[in-house]
Amino acid sequence: MATHTEGQYFVPTPSLYPFIISLGLLSMASGFILSLAHERHKDLGYLQGPGEWMMIVGAVAVIAMIFRWMGKVISESEGGMYKKWEDKSFRWGMIVFICSEVAFFAAFFGALFYMRVISVPEIAAFDPDYTMYKDFLGTWPSTGPGGLVLGTEYTPPANFSPMAAWGIPAINTLILLSSGVTVTWAHWGLLKNNRKQLVIGLFLTVLLGIIFLALQAYEYHHAYTELGLTLNAGAYGSTFFMLTGFHGFHVTLGTIMLIVILLRSIKGHFTPQHHFGFEGVAWYWHFVDVVWLGLFIFVYWL
Amino acid sequence: MSYSATASHDEHHDHPTGMMRWLTTTNHKDIGTMYLTFSLIMFLVGGFMILCVRAELFQPGLQLVQPELFNQLIGVHALVMIFTALMPAATGFANWMLPLQIGAPDMALPRLNNWGFWLLPPAAILLTLPFTLAMFGIGDGAIATGWTFYTPLSVQGGLGVDFAIFSVHLLGISSVMGSINIIVTIFNMRAPGMTMMKLPMFAWGWLITAFLLIATIPVLAGAVTMLLTDRHFGTHFFDAAGGGDPILFQHLFWFFGHPEVYILLLPVWGFMPQILQTFSRKPMYGYKAQVYSLWAIGALSVVVWAHHFFTVGMPVPALLYFMYSTMAISVPLAVLFFCWIATIWRGSMSFETPMLFAVGWIILFGIGGLTGLVLADVAADAQYHHTYFVVAHFHYTLFAGGIMGIMAGVYYWLPKMTGHMYNEKLGKLHFWLTAIAFNLTFIPQFFLGLAGMPRRIPDYALQFTEFNQISTIAAFVLGLSQLLFVYNIISCARGGKKATDKVWEGAEGLEWTLPSPPPYHSFTEQPVVK
Amino acid sequence: MVMQFIRKAGLFLATAMASFSAHADYAWNFPKPVTPMALDTLHVHNKFMLITMAIFLVVLAIMIYSIVVHRKSKGYKAAKFTGPSTKSQVFWTLVPFAILLYIDFILMGIPAYHSVVMMEDTKNEAQMVVKVTGSQWRWQYEYMDGDAQGIKFVSNLTTPQDQIENKIEKGENYLLEVDNPLVLPVDKKVRVLLTANDVIHNWWIPAFGASRDAIPGFLRETWVKVEEPGTYRGQCKELCGKGHGFMPAVVKAVPEEEFKQWVVAQKEQMETAAAGADKEWTKDDLVAHGKGVYEKNCAVCHQVTGAGLPPAFPALTGSKIVAAPNLDEDGKLLKDSHLDRVLNGKGVMPAWKGTLNDTDIAAVVTYERNALGNSVGDMLQPSQVKALR
Ligand code: HEA
Ligand code: HEA
Ligand code: HEC
Ligand code: CUA
Ligand SMILES: [Cu+2]
Repeated sequence: MATHTEGQYFVPTPSLYPFIISLGLLSMASGFILSLAHERHKDLGYLQGPGEWMMIVGAVAVIAMIFRWMGKVISESEGGMYKKWEDKSFRWGMIVFICSEVAFFAAFFGALFYMRVISVPEIAAFDPDYTMYKDFLGTWPSTGPGGLVLGTEYTPPANFSPMAAWGIPAINTLILLSSGVTVTWAHWGLLKNNRKQLVIGLFLTVLLGIIFLALQAYEYHHAYTELGLTLNAGAYGSTFFMLTGFHGFHVTLGTIMLIVILLRSIKGHFTPQHHFGFEGVAWYWHFVDVVWLGLFIFVYWL
Repeated sequence: MSYSATASHDEHHDHPTGMMRWLTTTNHKDIGTMYLTFSLIMFLVGGFMILCVRAELFQPGLQLVQPELFNQLIGVHALVMIFTALMPAATGFANWMLPLQIGAPDMALPRLNNWGFWLLPPAAILLTLPFTLAMFGIGDGAIATGWTFYTPLSVQGGLGVDFAIFSVHLLGISSVMGSINIIVTIFNMRAPGMTMMKLPMFAWGWLITAFLLIATIPVLAGAVTMLLTDRHFGTHFFDAAGGGDPILFQHLFWFFGHPEVYILLLPVWGFMPQILQTFSRKPMYGYKAQVYSLWAIGALSVVVWAHHFFTVGMPVPALLYFMYSTMAISVPLAVLFFCWIATIWRGSMSFETPMLFAVGWIILFGIGGLTGLVLADVAADAQYHHTYFVVAHFHYTLFAGGIMGIMAGVYYWLPKMTGHMYNEKLGKLHFWLTAIAFNLTFIPQFFLGLAGMPRRIPDYALQFTEFNQISTIAAFVLGLSQLLFVYNIISCARGGKKATDKVWEGAEGLEWTLPSPPPYHSFTEQPVVK
Repeated sequence: MVMQFIRKAGLFLATAMASFSAHADYAWNFPKPVTPMALDTLHVHNKFMLITMAIFLVVLAIMIYSIVVHRKSKGYKAAKFTGPSTKSQVFWTLVPFAILLYIDFILMGIPAYHSVVMMEDTKNEAQMVVKVTGSQWRWQYEYMDGDAQGIKFVSNLTTPQDQIENKIEKGENYLLEVDNPLVLPVDKKVRVLLTANDVIHNWWIPAFGASRDAIPGFLRETWVKVEEPGTYRGQCKELCGKGHGFMPAVVKAVPEEEFKQWVVAQKEQMETAAAGADKEWTKDDLVAHGKGVYEKNCAVCHQVTGAGLPPAFPALTGSKIVAAPNLDEDGKLLKDSHLDRVLNGKGVMPAWKGTLNDTDIAAVVTYERNALGNSVGDMLQPSQVKALR
């Protein structure tokens, strides 16, 4: 399977980026926890502040290093270091990475199914003689029966209504689907070495991505202000916001990557034979698309 | 197998030296060495923690460790041993040996490889730092929920839980990066002529491990993320009042947790037949059968998770399903056992340290596996569940099956990695002390469990005293004998009798065609496997 | 080398023998079963142990034979076979396969099936229902039907702290003794409902073979039918925090007649307590009664002295919350007041309103305000607490 005609495999020179990224992540994580620690220990004044600072420093380090790292990869790529053999490694790597992302979303979909199919109906179906949830119906969408949890009283929101599927979510579905089309069209352009088609296609994709995000933001606002649908609204609120939130986060990442690819295309990077950077991002974008279809069907629609 | 190796001996030192060499390296051997060293250190750290616990359990009553600290020590012991000792050891071997075994110039994605390693020390810091912070009055110590993070105890817990959550995130990223690298290396970096069905067994073991990691680690990451939002951002995943369920967490955790135990052992099941083969001077028995069994174990492992919580009250069909599917795993494992034994059967065996560990490993892991099979029975599990019977079961699989397996690998490959022979006498002594002390530590725990001693308790009723005392004394002997291991490794790295290229008379495989130690860049030109 | 294996084999034979002679001597095995479920579990366990032991010995025997005979030092020459190739070899590989499936799914699988069905059959012919609630770190029992309906009490560990800290000699039932055991009549099938107030616990009495999680917000069930009078001791089996090792479950099984008498006595006691809630108490009486309640229920966390274990468990001595008033001018409960905290809990602090009666709550609050180094001076009447429920 391996190709050897092209000679030696490219082993990059030693690099400090990974180490600094790891330190940055450490700083972000411990900073976050320290800022929580301050909440719990109001008496320890010196805990105020350093947490936030550590988070900022860590994030800056991580972002800066990712930029330099990717910059290095781009310059190596343009420098002709990557041949077919290396290219294949990147492709396999990207596929496996996307598989791991699928598993990550699967956890949240799993939680959604579990609550819908198992826990909510079960809470409603305890032995009627002894249940503590006498008039809980257990139909979906549900924000739970309410009750005292570890000393905090939880009352389900009174004016709660779920997100309707056939408004903005349906439009968003269309937007993401057409962005899948535009990115493929851009790919065709690249294969034909038609740079104009490539750039226009990518530009449209980025634009659609940004519109999607804007609509999503509007929808969240609507949910919080008018629907009584918040992160704290029981089973429905938790799964709704965690699923759409992580998806939105991935769309954001995808859009940023698309912008990078767009800029590179404008600069004249990529050839019809050699454009893993483009394809990796396109695959990622398709993955984000497919996840949205799952969301649309199971979170909004059914 | 025959091959034409052209190892290039011109070592161009194009890398920084000193500390910077290790921080920046993209070389698979350097990274492998770091993984293995880190793993050894963390093994000692995790062992030290549990020795404190065993000392507390020496007699009834509270002597050394207060209950809060006790709960922290057991959980962090487990997390440290599993995530920062056993898993990195296997990844270390993968880094060192996979490229050599399949004739690759390096791992496929070297910079990512470096990142995979350097995520580990921060993760280890996040796990252990809370102990120190607590001494300064910040937080109430490390995670005190056991390694399983069960909600709502973990929702209620202190800052240690947050530290552990982020630690798991970093460990997870590290594992995913490592797995990507290994999968790509195996798919894309094989020497010409090495078809998949000619892969060394170790590569098969790791390939399936990597698939399992890719499929399950993100689920764990998702689960602890939900835990984090339940703790701080008001979601209700694990909370009946909001329609959630604490048991949902157990489902998610064990969907990862059960495959995890095979993740820990599959690499060992990979290289163990190679060791058996070497020291019985006879080809491996049933290569194909082993490969298929490894696949079967990998596939079955993701559908049996609920056997870890039979007592939460599941519907009867679910209980039966999880019981029977768990039992089914014994079938591919029996095939593996059969093949291992058939490999040494009518061989011409000699018993150097790696072989001692390998043979002892088959027997001890057999005990662990068979007791696992008994645990799979729902009815009896009500009695075994969360008692020391389970603790004994999983130390037979984790310590004997995992750590002792890794030790066999260390002795097997150490001469190749360092270029020196280790001290054989000390190695044998280490084996015997370990094997005997290990059994004396954990056999009493089977009986403790049957007699009804729950796990995770800092103090116990009087009838459990004698067995606990035996167990504690043996645990200390076991711990101290590991110092021999450490000493042997260090002195071997520093010097000693020169090792030949082939090292072992019966050794087979590409790694033995290179000099000992192999040059910094090996196989810059790939060998051809015929 | 060989000695080592013989030693190991010996130890395992010992296990096997212990399983064999299980009915004679239980020291190496499960405790003596006193319910049909436990008996069944023991049979299943013994059977499985024998099967696995037999497998282990066969495997071990083959290995020892090979290790002894196929040695290089004895000049044994290695064979060359690498796997089944001929039809007959494939056949001989499939035979163990079939045996394995037989062992797994017939020999072990069928008895396991029957046991499971029996274990989960909690409702049929149940003659009595008891509700068990786990909380950090004590069990509460409530009788849900029949004559005993309404009887409800908390069951606390009685082992003195001094025994735990090795200051005095440990008693016979060290860590396995409680003030109020659950009392059950023998030979009646009792349906046990389980739930919890805070985290997951697991109610387990080894001699009953019953072990089931108590999950906050959920109802779980199991059943017991004790066939011999006696006192049976077990422990909470799910890690539930600091006091997990100190949360015994004790059941006293008594003949039907005795049970009836006990029920009558309990009912009388409850009436006196209810009367106590309506009467006017003096401060000294409340403080005296409160001291007992405090030491039984609160001292695990807040310590006997009231110093607590900060930062996990706040000190009550000098606590701002304790010093502040409980009720506003209209007699309404103030949020985050002392009484609010005790009634409703917060975080790790349990809500006591479901656990303690009015007198106990009034007394313990009064005690905390006037002892443990505090001197707020006021007091709380049980009737006031009653009015707030
Ligand atoms: C590497 C680690 C490892 C491995 C390999 C295994 C292997 C197995 N485990 Fe184990 N297990 C753990 C680590 C491991 N386990 C841990 C850490 C826990 C506790 C976690 C916690 O709660 O903290 C646990 C807990 C655990 C439980 C839950 C107990 C409880 O909490 O109530 C169960 C129940 O089914 C179980 C079953 C099994 C089974 C059936 C196997 C099978 O894979 C075993 C298969 C092997 C054999 C069967 C032996 C070899 C075969 C032969 C010699 C041939 C002949 C055999 C037959 C004919 C049967 N394990
Ligand atoms: C790979 C995994 C692994 C390994 C290697 C070990 C190794 C050991 N484990 Fe561990 N253990 C677990 C995984 C592992 N364990 C898990 C998953 C749990 C469950 C946790 C939970 O409940 O959540 C557990 C829980 C656990 C318990 C139960 C605690 C409880 O429930 O209350 C006990 C009790 O005896 C125990 C003992 C030991 C011992 C004696 C060793 C020994 O083998 C260790 C030997 C090594 C050393 C001792 C270190 C080296 C020596 C030195 C550093 C010497 C110098 C120091 C001194 C002399 C002080 N372990
Ligand atoms: C499981 C351990 C535990 C037990 C048992 C317990 N408490 Fe608490 N208690 C706590 C914790 C933890 C807090 C802190 C709650 C918070 O503010 O988050 C607390 C807070 C309090 C406070 C408020 C003190 C302050 O300054 O914040 C009072 C008063 C109190 N408890 C009284 C009691 C009484 C009375 C009992 C027994 C009837 C009792 N507690 C039993 C754990 C416990
Ligand atoms: Cu309650 Cu452990
Ligand atoms: Cu398992």
